Amino acid sequence: MIYGTALPPELHKVKDEIEVYARNYGLDFFETIFEMINYKQINEIASYGGFPTRYPHWRFGMDYDRLSKSYQFGLHKIYEMVINNDPCYAYLLNSNNFMDHKLVMAHVFAHCDFFKCNMYFSGTNRKMMDEMANHSTKIRNYMDKHGIGVVEDFIDVCLSIENLIDYYAMNQEEASLLSNKSLIEDDTKNKVHKMKSKGYMDKYINPEDFMKQQKDRLDKKKEKSKKTPIEPVKDVLYFLQEQAPLESWQRDVLSIIREESYYFSPQGQTKIMNEGWASYWHSTIMTQKALRDSEIIDFADHHSGTVHMRPGSLNPYKLGLELFRHIEERWNRGQFGKDWEECDDYRLKREWDKKLGLGREKIFEIRRLYNDVTFIDTFLTPEFAASFKLFTFDANKRTGQWEIASREFKKIKDKLLFSLTNFGQPFISVEDANFKNRSELLLLHRHEGFDLKISESRRTLEGVYKIWKRPVNVRTIVQGEKKILTYDGKEHTDETYE
Amino acid sequence: MVSRIERDHARFRDIVKGKIKQNLKNYITQGEMIGRIGKQYVSIPVPRIDLPRFRYGLPETGGVSSGDGEVGTPLGPAGDPEEQSGQGDAGNQPGEHELEIDISYEELAKMLGEELELPKIEPKGSSKIEAMKRVYRGVHLNGPRSLVHFKRTYKEALKRQIAAEEYDPDDPIIIPVKKDFRYRGWKDIIQPQCNALIIYMMDVSGSMGDEQKEIVRIESFWIDTWLRSQYKNIETRYIIHDASARMVDRETFFRTKESGGTLISSAYKLCNMLIDRDFSPEEWNIYPFHFSDGDNWSSEDTKICVELLKNQILPKSNLFCYGQVVSRYGSGQFIKDLKESFNEEEKLILSTIENKDSIIKSIKEFLGKGK
Repeated sequence: MIYGTALPPELHKVKDEIEVYARNYGLDFFETIFEMINYKQINEIASYGGFPTRYPHWRFGMDYDRLSKSYQFGLHKIYEMVINNDPCYAYLLNSNNFMDHKLVMAHVFAHCDFFKCNMYFSGTNRKMMDEMANHSTKIRNYMDKHGIGVVEDFIDVCLSIENLIDYYAMNQEEASLLSNKSLIEDDTKNKVHKMKSKGYMDKYINPEDFMKQQKDRLDKKKEKSKKTPIEPVKDVLYFLQEQAPLESWQRDVLSIIREESYYFSPQGQTKIMNEGWASYWHSTIMTQKALRDSEIIDFADHHSGTVHMRPGSLNPYKLGLELFRHIEERWNRGQFGKDWEECDDYRLKREWDKKLGLGREKIFEIRRLYNDVTFIDTFLTPEFAASFKLFTFDANKRTGQWEIASREFKKIKDKLLFSLTNFGQPFISVEDANFKNRSELLLLHRHEGFDLKISESRRTLEGVYKIWKRPVNVRTIVQGEKKILTYDGKEHTDETYE
Repeated sequence: MVSRIERDHARFRDIVKGKIKQNLKNYITQGEMIGRIGKQYVSIPVPRIDLPRFRYGLPETGGVSSGDGEVGTPLGPAGDPEEQSGQGDAGNQPGEHELEIDISYEELAKMLGEELELPKIEPKGSSKIEAMKRVYRGVHLNGPRSLVHFKRTYKEALKRQIAAEEYDPDDPIIIPVKKDFRYRGWKDIIQPQCNALIIYMMDVSGSMGDEQKEIVRIESFWIDTWLRSQYKNIETRYIIHDASARMVDRETFFRTKESGGTLISSAYKLCNMLIDRDFSPEEWNIYPFHFSDGDNWSSEDTKICVELLKNQILPKSNLFCYGQVVSRYGSGQFIKDLKESFNEEEKLILSTIENKDSIIKSIKEFLGKGK
């Protein structure tokens, strides 16, 4: 109990009722604790990413400012917050009406189920509430000791590279392991393979001069690849945390930022699925079980608000919900497998119904195994794109307006996947920590057809310099030319290379 | 008790105001939020701070959405694609949410003044009325009990007790004695009170596009803010013109799109008439601003304008500012004509505004003389 604001008895009853519905449908969630708070509190919690305590930082104030202003001007309202923790904490806004609370509860239970069951959350810290409070205490202590400005400046630097983690690792521990592999030489590789032999036969089966020859060859190879890291390290934060000349408090701050980054990363990776899943279940539970006749209008109003989609934006609630429904229907009617794929009779396909009823089972499986990228990649079909009226849009340079660019399925899917892969962020990794043999840091930008924003990259490099304290470089491609951008602590230079 | 978030909030606002952490100054960007008070829409210029990151250099990458429409159907003005927050907050009301800063106009003007090094305006006219304002700042050693500064008093007492080794951490009782007490002090500030009239004139002929109007809108907002900080009693009037001029309210001023020819003299005539009828130059500090893309109908009309300025409007005004917004269609001749006709006229200020980035420069040109 954080705000000491338990549910009033009538809502408590409703909570128990909805919880039973949810469990009966097969949702599997941690114990969920609801609290009723006012809009100021919910804005505060939302600014802190769902947590009651975070370390002091102006950016939370910035988010709070935006949230409370848009609430005041009636532009935006947060109905609910729920955090991935065991037990799950969920917050209800006290100014909502009774029906809203019911809907939100159904929505929240599905979120909690997703947190608990989706594979990508399996590595997250389920006691993050406590961990965040620890982080806050630590950083406050550092601030007391070193000064607010000094610590905050360093946090700013860390935040500007907080996205440079390995999004494909399940959690920070796995990422550390992977990174270590690239950092520390694998000794087993460098041993000359010896054939098994009895002691007296050894010098015949593994002749001495041959062994020596093999060893020399390996040594030479080793010399050649003597580079830190051996393989590029995707988890740039980990690399800096381990290798940069930092004071111990700075190292700790960096590790805190990294840990939080990993904690939030699955939520970013499953936004469409998570919201779709929760919307699917709130509408199922409400319409089939929990809704009373008198509430139907309010429900319709609230639900349509949640899934409303403005042209020019993509509402993850709506897309996720529709995709889950689409999949459920496909698997109910058996629209999958070889026969289905190979069928090119449009009419046959439309009336295809094997009455398998596998839909529910399938979507439960999907919520366990997929993330947004694989979800869209696997289940976004041309039929769905057409019925959902998907399109891509681009800026028209002449009019300065967004315009519908295409309704071609492949383009839609590519664009959607591109925006989701790595959160639409460039891939940056550490390539060399001893660049030019002068302890300079070389980052590598894996160019995927789009250039980096150069001015901003330079300013980011300035931050990295503050951590690395030696010149920092990033290898990238600028307008088709291979370039290395450098910041040496005083000025920016760039150099073309082949 | 001050909640945690309020401390972060205050810190953020201090950064934006430039009080602390100057190193973040470069990352502050100006946005605006369209808010609503009652039924009226209001727009507030708002800064936000974006820490630099490695990201793609395409501000307009577009995206995927759904709905009806053919290829080529416009969806609205291109800007930053909507940001999505990472957590599970239910966006019930989708819409662009830019960040707004809650700064009073007084503070805003002060910031503007400091930033652009604008001189304080020397008011003209004999009818100088002064108003007194009392502000509480500073700490004094004596004063009435009602103004005791508890925090400072406590600190003094704590210091004294520690120094005297009377402080026991296990039993931390602090008792202030007489010399520990600190009191809030006040100061009377005398501010001049005088009247000012701002007349905004804008060319709304076909050649002024949305971008040009946006520039005028932003610039006049800041000018308005600055002048308001300098004068207690301020009146504004809005005039739009194409081939004929009319007086409108603020809303209409920024939203109207006319088409047709341009007779700048029509606006000047109306402006002059307005001053003569309602605002005597002896009692009012008058600031006419005129924004146009510099495309006048004929040189004949330009001549009339010059005459009007020289004989009527300029003698009555503190300043006359003409801002020429660069547009693709306009010839931009008008500013050259004015430059030729008024070579060394101090009261006439001309400024060319190429794009949004040159607004600041232009404001400085207009108001930098302290008139």
